[in-house]
Amino acid sequence: MAGDTLTSSGYIKHHLTNLTFGKLPGGTYCEGEQVVTQDTWTVAHCADAAKEMGFNAIHLDTMFWSIVLGVIFLYLFKKAADSVTTGVPGGLQNFAEWIVEFIDQSVRGSFSARNDLVAPLSLTIFIWIFLMNLMDLVPVDFIPEISKLLGIHFMKVVPSTDPNATFGMAIGVFLLVLYYSIKIKGVGGFLGELTLQPFSSKNLLVNVLFIPVNFVLEFVSLIAKPVSLALRLFGNMYAGEMIFILIAIMYSAGIGMGIFGGALQLGWAIFHILIITLQAFIFMTLTIVYLDMAHHEH
Amino acid sequence: MNINLTLIGQLLSFVVFVWFTMKYVWTPIMGALEKRRKEIADGLAAGERGQHEQELAKQRAKEVLKEAKIQASDILAQAQKRASEIVDDAKGSAREEGERILVAARSEIEQEVNRAREHLRERVAVLAVSGAEKILRREINADAHQQIVDQLAKEI
Repeated sequence: MAGDTLTSSGYIKHHLTNLTFGKLPGGTYCEGEQVVTQDTWTVAHCADAAKEMGFNAIHLDTMFWSIVLGVIFLYLFKKAADSVTTGVPGGLQNFAEWIVEFIDQSVRGSFSARNDLVAPLSLTIFIWIFLMNLMDLVPVDFIPEISKLLGIHFMKVVPSTDPNATFGMAIGVFLLVLYYSIKIKGVGGFLGELTLQPFSSKNLLVNVLFIPVNFVLEFVSLIAKPVSLALRLFGNMYAGEMIFILIAIMYSAGIGMGIFGGALQLGWAIFHILIITLQAFIFMTLTIVYLDMAHHEH
Repeated sequence: MNINLTLIGQLLSFVVFVWFTMKYVWTPIMGALEKRRKEIADGLAAGERGQHEQELAKQRAKEVLKEAKIQASDILAQAQKRASEIVDDAKGSAREEGERILVAARSEIEQEVNRAREHLRERVAVLAVSGAEKILRREINADAHQQIVDQLAKEI
């Protein structure tokens, strides 16, 4: 809940700031106060300080929650895989098998080449993103207030609202797309795909003239893959998180608004269940499709 | 919303997670699913084979039953034939025995008759002689006429 001393914009800003660790340049100001006089390795005191740290900083909360969720996912599935039997499966195995079958069906549906990496990759993407998105359903102040009691002042619990997380995954997928494009089609085939289409001509000279045009078009569509992948997930989750934060502000505006806010929060959370699953599924499906495209000449 | 080293960190953890999933999660679960699929298919095939065999066995049993029925009716017919033969034989031997007994009885009767006749003849002769003796007592000497009486008796 918004504290009495906080304004609404301060509350929102606070919620959107990651727990950032990095080298803070000396003479940085936070809310009109100079927090450090010299360059110091420290946790950022405010959003401005986090910005000052530049690229050489790390979001501890994003890393922590994403790794914790990834480990939970791997622990559960490893447990299921260790006790896997071909006989009557238990509850956990049933669940794991259900997910695995679902992923397998999706991969078979849109990926026609043979590649043993794609299915486990899709499973990881789907479950990991789903779990990270699921953190969105935890009431926005719950974990931050607990961590405040523990002396941690910034805590952004939904890793997929951090573009670093979504771009990290999208870049991973993009590197795989590049790797398989070059591996399957060869460097020449890949460059040809980038430069010799969509416009082509039987006349060699015209073809050469088409190369820059084609390259611009194809390069944009190539780069658009990871960018759209990352921004779609980030945008959806960020917007959802923002709405939860805005609803939470209503609690500080009297009992009537509080009850109304509670109803809104419930409705939005239920609707959000659909969004978080859908976004995880879209990210996975597009990954499969991009990798399939990397395996085929077109 | 700053892009920073978190990007690299997330990329690395993503790679590690994918690697782990591939090695320790996907392969064993998929292997188990594949194995179970195969086991079920094998089981179904075995079931089908069993059903087929059962059908064959049923057919064989039917054939055996049919054969047994035929054999049984053969045996029955043979037995009936044999029984009527035995009855016929018995009838024949009974008739023969009867005839034999009849013949024996007849010859015995004949003997009896002959013996009775002999006896009667002797008695008649004695009677005749005694009658004649009574008549002739007065006139005839028994000794003197013995020869004639004997001759008479023989002629009777």
